[in-house]
Amino acid sequence: MHGFDFDVAHLLAGGLVLVSFLMLYQDRMYALINVFALHAVVLTLSVGWQAYVQDAPHLYITAAIALIFKAMVIPAALRRIVERLNIHREIDTVVGIGLTMLAGICLVALSVVVMMRVTAAADPYAREDLAFALSIVLLGLLMMVSRRNAVGQVIGFMSLENGLVLAATGAKGMPLVVEFSIAFSVLIAFIVIGIFLFRIRERFDSIELQALDRFRGERR
Amino acid sequence: MSVPFNPVNLVLLIPLFAAGAFALLPNYRWSARLNVVTSALTFGAALLLFVKRPGSTLLLQIDDLNIVFVVLNTFVAFTTSVFSASYIAHEIEIGRLTPVYLRFYHAMFQFMMFGMNLALVANNIGLMWVAIELATLTTILMVGIYRTHEALEAAWKYFILGSVGIALALFGTILVYMAARPVIGAGLGAMAWTELMHRVAGFDPAMLNLAFVFLLLGYGTKVGLVPLHAWLPDAHAEGPTPISAVLSGLLLNVALYAVLRFKMLLAANGHTFAPGPLMIALGLLSLLFAAFMLYRRHDIKRLFAYSSIEHMGIIAFAFGMGGPLANFAGLLHMTMHSLTKSAIFFSVGHVAQVKGTQKMTEIGGLSVTHPVLAWALVIGVAAIAGLPPSGIFMSEFLVVSSTFARAPLLAIPLVLGLLIAIGALFLKLGGVVFGEPRGSIAPDRASYLPFVAHLSIVLIAGLYLPGPIVAWFRNVASLLG
Repeated sequence: MHGFDFDVAHLLAGGLVLVSFLMLYQDRMYALINVFALHAVVLTLSVGWQAYVQDAPHLYITAAIALIFKAMVIPAALRRIVERLNIHREIDTVVGIGLTMLAGICLVALSVVVMMRVTAAADPYAREDLAFALSIVLLGLLMMVSRRNAVGQVIGFMSLENGLVLAATGAKGMPLVVEFSIAFSVLIAFIVIGIFLFRIRERFDSIELQALDRFRGERR
Repeated sequence: MSVPFNPVNLVLLIPLFAAGAFALLPNYRWSARLNVVTSALTFGAALLLFVKRPGSTLLLQIDDLNIVFVVLNTFVAFTTSVFSASYIAHEIEIGRLTPVYLRFYHAMFQFMMFGMNLALVANNIGLMWVAIELATLTTILMVGIYRTHEALEAAWKYFILGSVGIALALFGTILVYMAARPVIGAGLGAMAWTELMHRVAGFDPAMLNLAFVFLLLGYGTKVGLVPLHAWLPDAHAEGPTPISAVLSGLLLNVALYAVLRFKMLLAANGHTFAPGPLMIALGLLSLLFAAFMLYRRHDIKRLFAYSSIEHMGIIAFAFGMGGPLANFAGLLHMTMHSLTKSAIFFSVGHVAQVKGTQKMTEIGGLSVTHPVLAWALVIGVAAIAGLPPSGIFMSEFLVVSSTFARAPLLAIPLVLGLLIAIGALFLKLGGVVFGEPRGSIAPDRASYLPFVAHLSIVLIAGLYLPGPIVAWFRNVASLLG
């Protein structure tokens, strides 16, 4: 891959990292959901571009799943949950925004350093694609630990998964990519249904030790 | 003897069809019985693999490493289904489970077996990943089946941590493919174990290194290695006991099997970093952490969940040491732990049902009120603690002696961890089995067959291992490098 193809693929992958950063500092539920939908749209474009460039029509299915499921269905379902559980006014982050952003920058630097060093032999697009993908995965993990709310955590997990889809589609000719994205969609559907059915509002940790002991059934 | 069909397909299709059938079958008494029959049939099909070993395709394979895990998996599934039949009869009586949930339970049980068997026989790193995800998803649903606050919390925690683990494992899988593609070429071949093992020498070692770190962390979450273990005790304690038995006895093994496969890949490449020290560190950390945590447990199922973490630590340590002897010990330990721990959960399940509680302070004097369960528990705990003549004694002895021979300094924390764990287990056991009877003295209606079968295999293996089995273990140990 070279020239224009390469630049567009690069731009879209970089755009995903940027949107991941945007997600990091959203502290209102609706805004977070909207930015996640944007993340999914950028992913759709990126996967679609890969499908076109690699001439791999099956990747269009992955792109369609990303667009319909992740950019439309899931955000709509999450909005409904937020409305029902009445958490749309809640501020969600555990640590301050500045600290989270700094940690995010460090993670991106880390993944670039690691990936560039490790993949010296691979072709340049694959290298940088992997570096971007790893950044998105790590930013997703960071988001999962820095959110207090189950919905926030799920969005963190989904952005992490978008990073994996980016890596898988960037790996030229990789089989089973469509199957992977379907498997992940099933997983995510389960999570969202779980939140909805059991009204999981917070993640279950609590600073109150008494409550923790009670939850774990470990009180004497 | 010729078999007209391919036994691998049977091992996969029997549980899959049974899962569908149980979802439709309204009568739970019938599905409990059919569950036993189905699991026995699957076990029979797995035994047929010895008679006629099928060739590998691009998706499925049977080789020396996985054949024994398939047999072990289906055997424990069979005994667990027998235990499960008597366990759920009681749950129905006290109204903890309703017939609708049981329909779901039996379907999920077989579906989980399908997932685990598929993960073991998959010849494709992607297919293996999907299969492990399937097995995990079904266990998550089973853990939450009681719908109590604690059960849902446990299921949610397992869900989130398991998903992160599975995501990291997928990243590792993609990296392995990227390393293989320049050598093998794009397509399914670059994800097939048989192809990968054959041509791994040409792969980029740096890429494999990075992949292994992700795979170890990802699948290591499923193995329950410290510090990725947080889901494990909750999932074991809050779900139905047959599921705890299957989780400890089988799913942890399946995840470890995945790690072992990738370790073999690295060993066959020859230019990568040695994955041993990483596994040794995680293994020792798990062993020591779990050994100390055993003292603080008040819930009997949680106690044995921590003991599973401890044993997974020992196994990871053994494979990390590597070499024929330590690998031999690791394989033996995996088998023995799986049999012993599920036997313990069988008896613990009946104890908790009879007493109506899992709190150890409320259970006492079992040797007077329920002697069979009590002695099954004593023998099980003696075996899991590694006292002779159990099979675990033999494997632990081999791990310790090979460590003393090669890295005496590492043997110190290893032995320390083992001793601390033995102390904790017997301290807790004493209060439960002996002393004043506490709690209900109603007679149990347990089926003794499952734990008698498991414990006798473990005891016999400690005294005498048949020649062909030793030869097989040796052969696989040498493959593991």
